[in-house]
Amino acid sequence: MTAVAAPASPELRIAPTVLNRAEHTIEIVSDAGEGAQKCGQIFGAVSAKMGNGVWTVEIIPAEIQPPPRTAEGASGNRVRFGTGPVTNGGDETNLVIAFNEQVLLGRHRLGALASDAIVLLENSWATSSNPDIRSAWDKTLAELSTTSYRIIEVPMEQQCLTIDENPRKGKNMFALGLLAYIYDRSLERIDEQIAYAFRKKSEEVYNRNVALMRLGVEWAAANLDFRIEVPTHPPTEALVVMNGNEALGMGALASGMELCAMYPITPATSVSHYLAEVFSKFGGILHQAEDEIAAVGVAIGASYSGKVAFTITSGPGFALKTEFIGLAVITETPLVIIDVQRGGPSTGLPTKVEQSDLLAALFAEPGDAPRVVIAPATIEECFHVVVTARQIAETFRTVVIILSDANLSTGVQPFPRPQLKKEWLAPELDLAPVKQGQRPYEWDARTGTSPRSIPGQPGGMFTVTGLSHDEGSKVAYGAGVHQRATTMRSRKLAVLQQTLLRPAINGDQDGDLLVVGWGSTKGAIEEAVERARAEGIRASSVHLTFLSPLQPGLKEIFSRFRKVMTVEINYSDQPGDPFITEENRRRGQLAMLLRAQTLCDVDCWTRVPGEPLRPGFIHQAIRDAALTLTGARP
Amino acid sequence: MTQCAILPMLDDDEREFALGDYEGAVARWCPGCGDHSVLTAVEKLLVAEQLKPEQTVFVSGIGCSSRFPHYLKTYGFHGLHGRALPVATGVKLHRPDLDVFVVMGDGDCCSIGAAHWIHAIRYNIHMVAMLLDNSIYGLTKKQTSPTTPQGFKTNTQPFGSFLPPLNPLTTTLGTTNVSFVAQTAEWVPAHLYATLRAAYRHQGFSFVRILQRCPMYTQGMYEAAVRDPGMIELLVHDDGVVAPELDKIYRNRATHDPSDLDSARRLAEDSTRIRLGLFYRNESRARYDLLRKPPKVTSSERIALLNQELDHYAV
Repeated sequence: MTAVAAPASPELRIAPTVLNRAEHTIEIVSDAGEGAQKCGQIFGAVSAKMGNGVWTVEIIPAEIQPPPRTAEGASGNRVRFGTGPVTNGGDETNLVIAFNEQVLLGRHRLGALASDAIVLLENSWATSSNPDIRSAWDKTLAELSTTSYRIIEVPMEQQCLTIDENPRKGKNMFALGLLAYIYDRSLERIDEQIAYAFRKKSEEVYNRNVALMRLGVEWAAANLDFRIEVPTHPPTEALVVMNGNEALGMGALASGMELCAMYPITPATSVSHYLAEVFSKFGGILHQAEDEIAAVGVAIGASYSGKVAFTITSGPGFALKTEFIGLAVITETPLVIIDVQRGGPSTGLPTKVEQSDLLAALFAEPGDAPRVVIAPATIEECFHVVVTARQIAETFRTVVIILSDANLSTGVQPFPRPQLKKEWLAPELDLAPVKQGQRPYEWDARTGTSPRSIPGQPGGMFTVTGLSHDEGSKVAYGAGVHQRATTMRSRKLAVLQQTLLRPAINGDQDGDLLVVGWGSTKGAIEEAVERARAEGIRASSVHLTFLSPLQPGLKEIFSRFRKVMTVEINYSDQPGDPFITEENRRRGQLAMLLRAQTLCDVDCWTRVPGEPLRPGFIHQAIRDAALTLTGARP
Repeated sequence: MTQCAILPMLDDDEREFALGDYEGAVARWCPGCGDHSVLTAVEKLLVAEQLKPEQTVFVSGIGCSSRFPHYLKTYGFHGLHGRALPVATGVKLHRPDLDVFVVMGDGDCCSIGAAHWIHAIRYNIHMVAMLLDNSIYGLTKKQTSPTTPQGFKTNTQPFGSFLPPLNPLTTTLGTTNVSFVAQTAEWVPAHLYATLRAAYRHQGFSFVRILQRCPMYTQGMYEAAVRDPGMIELLVHDDGVVAPELDKIYRNRATHDPSDLDSARRLAEDSTRIRLGLFYRNESRARYDLLRKPPKVTSSERIALLNQELDHYAV
């Protein structure tokens, strides 16, 4: 650890050293409620707008106000940005601004920081009137002195008190100013972003925040001996920058759906926060139902009577919705369900990422309930997937589940501005009389598809039922009827599958190792594959967007590689662990699915760390897998 | 919903609907089941109000009574046990132009679906909710329901139901924003019909508890009251359920002003006699469906608005 004594006066300063970096990863960590997330969000958005590739990850404790100054309570934001595109959160953090030494310690212990990380640390605690705090400070700095971090003490509180009497409220903007100086960010853009972030607050709040930010810039200019340059390339096409949940919400607006029924659950709820603000002017209703079951029931009622509706939830809520999902499947009521996955089972890790709902999304209901499952892999896909889901739900009269996750929900990434199309919107309701003699489920014998009539259409009156029924929606328990209806509902998935594209192979079209992923891990997997290929490992990857039905061609693609391995954020037993054998080993969820569907010996490398998989770890897993192929022991 | 789509039907607005226009499949309830009487009263109401079959939706849960929609030729939704109200809420929020009726049994409404019941009362969305209360689980063969009388022997509580029954009237009347609560009985068809008519005409969420006998499992439950109209007290008022044809038979009458919530709660709480009539009506309660009516927005307007939204996020 090297502490830097700040120069006494500006005249004595020498020009700061400018470090050039193709990319950098920063973190702002604080106690919950100190606004570090807002600081990171604004910094990320401004960096994107200036032409950096950006990926941000929120660092969220599970409690709203965990005890202050605790290693476990770290709250904040992590921003990875670079000159080129950035597709994932990356590995370790290069620069940290910490509002107290305990949250810094928490990040240190998690291995979040690079060994040469620069740390800007609030130092008011060193001189606290509370002896416990002073001793905690001394102890922590002693522990951190064994590292090679460069720790720079910053008198944040002392500085902020010159503008705001509540230092807990101002540090985040001061920290933003530090970052603005270090990375030479446009202050005008930061002002704009502050204005947007505080658009519901008074002019006075805006002015105070801008003043605090500028104070940070001035302090940094007077005291820091370095700056870091991550060159920006002003974008050549129109881009937008937002997080995955905002993208899902906007995608819903672009799909023309008019009703979303939900019950609050982390990390899905912010989709509804966004919709709550804007949906009504789009002719939509955001209904906060009395529980998760009612939420999906209301969505089904709305869908049944008109335009496809949707519900938003996360694992525990999804579990409660399963009976209704089965009803939507058997009544062929179109429905879109967004599941923003978190760690499970049960309440699990409410704010942390996991991909453990895949098999539940496919199979959670008793009985045979085929439905479509799609997983967006990027923020951009979060937008477009909702439009696609609505169209599939309507065309196939079925349930479509969108599997996002906590990584995408709070991740922020710029992407090409969608060129909106009228055909994305659900068509206006057609209440024309139903064709004479048309039955409620006029199944096309080959495709299983059928037109649906909605209330208001003369001549189409019928009662939908969750009981086994025939084309006329007549309750019928006969073996033949149930066999046929079940076949028709299943056939629709096969028909959809035939319209899907084979997944593209990232890297060579054949080789030693094929990594298969789904959902938010795409960027990290592809970066890891690229690193491995640079070392001469013959690795490629495919990323699956459709999980039900699976995209075509998988078996043939797998046959071109000596080994196929999924990388997933869910649990699997480790070979070699006590009692674990080839026969009893529980594998990753996609691996199980692919083994069943392709009869290929698909291996898996999965982890449940409660954070996005780092490309460095995946890279190591690829190395290990490649080594097993050459016969050497990893 | 879309005005132009309805236009071709204008000629048919002269349509006159007779009983047969509303008749669906032949009811398969047991002979003597109270559900038959309710179906008859509802069909009579549909004719009297000339409701367009295609504009009318019956939503039900699971249980004997929930087969109800199958026996009508309107739109119907026979869904999940306990979950009729959320589905009906979705229908009415998205399609306020439709007339929505909800049919629930006592297990459906007061047990597995109780959460939705409480909240539906508070939402006060314009629909008619009928509780077909025979105090027993019939379809699954005689298990205790929340409204089974204490001591009544069932297959799950063979030594007699342990607890006093839940009172659907006090539960409803005790819920914030309640706007219409009535009780009637399947064996008094004139009262049943008059009650449903008042419920249909109420602007808001109308809750009607219909006392019923199950010929298989609770046959004797109301036998004394069926034989002796004197055991029943009719709540009467000019603003209440008006059925003059009952004047000569039901002489035991109490005048109750349905705008008086305190009195309604007292009358509902007192279990010494069976009271039929309108307990409470208040059309000035907040209505969620009216509060949540979004504007009509064209495709072009939607796209323009979404482009404005994207501008906020533009790089």
